[in-house]
Amino acid sequence: MLRKLLITIISIFLIASNAIAGSDGDLSMKENEPKKIKDCFEKLNRATFTFNQSIDKAIIKPVAKGYRKLPDPIQKGTSNAVNNLSTLITIPNNVLQGDMKLAFINTGRLIINSTIGILGIVDVANNMGFPKYEKEDYGQTLGAWGVGPGCYLVLPVLGPSNLRDLGGSFVNVLGGDPWYNASVHGNNEFLNENIYLTSKALGGIDFRSKNIESFENLEKNSIDFYASVKSLYSQDRENKIKNNQRGSIQVIYKEEDWEEIDNQ
Amino acid sequence: MRKIIIIFLLFYLNNNYANSIEPDVFVQSTVNRASEILSQNISKEEKIEKLKSIAKETVDINGVGFYSLGSARKNLDSSQKKIYLGLFENYFLKSFSSRLSEYTNPEINVNGKEIINKNYTIVRSILVATSERPEVKIDWRIYTKNPDDPLIRDLIIEGLSLARTQKEEFSSILNSNDGDINALFKTLENFSNN
Repeated sequence: MLRKLLITIISIFLIASNAIAGSDGDLSMKENEPKKIKDCFEKLNRATFTFNQSIDKAIIKPVAKGYRKLPDPIQKGTSNAVNNLSTLITIPNNVLQGDMKLAFINTGRLIINSTIGILGIVDVANNMGFPKYEKEDYGQTLGAWGVGPGCYLVLPVLGPSNLRDLGGSFVNVLGGDPWYNASVHGNNEFLNENIYLTSKALGGIDFRSKNIESFENLEKNSIDFYASVKSLYSQDRENKIKNNQRGSIQVIYKEEDWEEIDNQ
Repeated sequence: MRKIIIIFLLFYLNNNYANSIEPDVFVQSTVNRASEILSQNISKEEKIEKLKSIAKETVDINGVGFYSLGSARKNLDSSQKKIYLGLFENYFLKSFSSRLSEYTNPEINVNGKEIINKNYTIVRSILVATSERPEVKIDWRIYTKNPDDPLIRDLIIEGLSLARTQKEEFSSILNSNDGDINALFKTLENFSNN
């Protein structure tokens, strides 16, 4: 109970301070200009980033390489199952963002994949022609509601985030993630906290295994790897919040700074 | 006289039409050239040199350089601009060709284009999936101010802009050094020389 209360207070504080942090800069910027990322804790972030790199080199990357040696069906099945679990967070966020049609589609996807697709191991819905699955989370919903990203954060082991997205993650453990609720608070003999943590770790390893070469390439060709990762994370979150994958190219690619280069 | 005018007009129009290059054709032809080099049985260093020469022809390196500098470009005098553009070209060619040389025989299919305005067209393409990696969506920002000589200004891979990432890297270096442009020059020089 005390733990929940503490988490709630921290979440409210983070979201509130984030809303304040996110508003002042945004107002002064043009709609299509990339937003300057606030790095309020840069020294600490850089230190955590270095720590994460050492953890990655010693543990995560070797495990991801090993994972990639597993037979394709195992990797694909793991990836599908982890994605299927994420639908449990995506659906409430579709609703919170007012996208009822997508919420129904994703509910259908979840039911089909969890049953016919054997706990999500086979993406039957995809084979049936469901639209491409796009994850949503509480951080994205806060962004869609107008909450700015606030200060950039590098979390130990978990990597890049920001105050808004960290606040969003807390919502998961406050009842927003049915998978967390069922496995940690479900009081049943099949699920427990370790299964939840294993599913999260598998999701991380699956992601890392798909990006081994691209991360190596990025690190090798960056003059400031920390800044590159920060930029890519921020761009990715902006795209997801604006649902750019479904957006108009005229809006996505209009940028004043490129026009100004013309007048050099 | 009328005939001469018509012939002259036809010649002029034909000539104009023939010189104009469609951005999607330009991108497909550029990736085909790069792909051919990457599939050749030559050393990585030779591949890099050949890719550099393609990049020099097809990328607006100075434009990308000024964009990457962000608002700091407004504070440079003409001699600093000259130094910067020289350093940037070396940095860009090394970084760009090194990134590309990691791929072996990539298959990129152009699948559409959209005109943003008279200066820019976005060409959409797909890097075809292999057993090692999934399909990758790549958009190309093509500078079309001179339709006879379109140039690449940015690659947007799965929604992530390489030029913007570079701009934010440069900005980070400048911020860490109290805006000292010489610190950025030094970093670019070190990268190119290593």
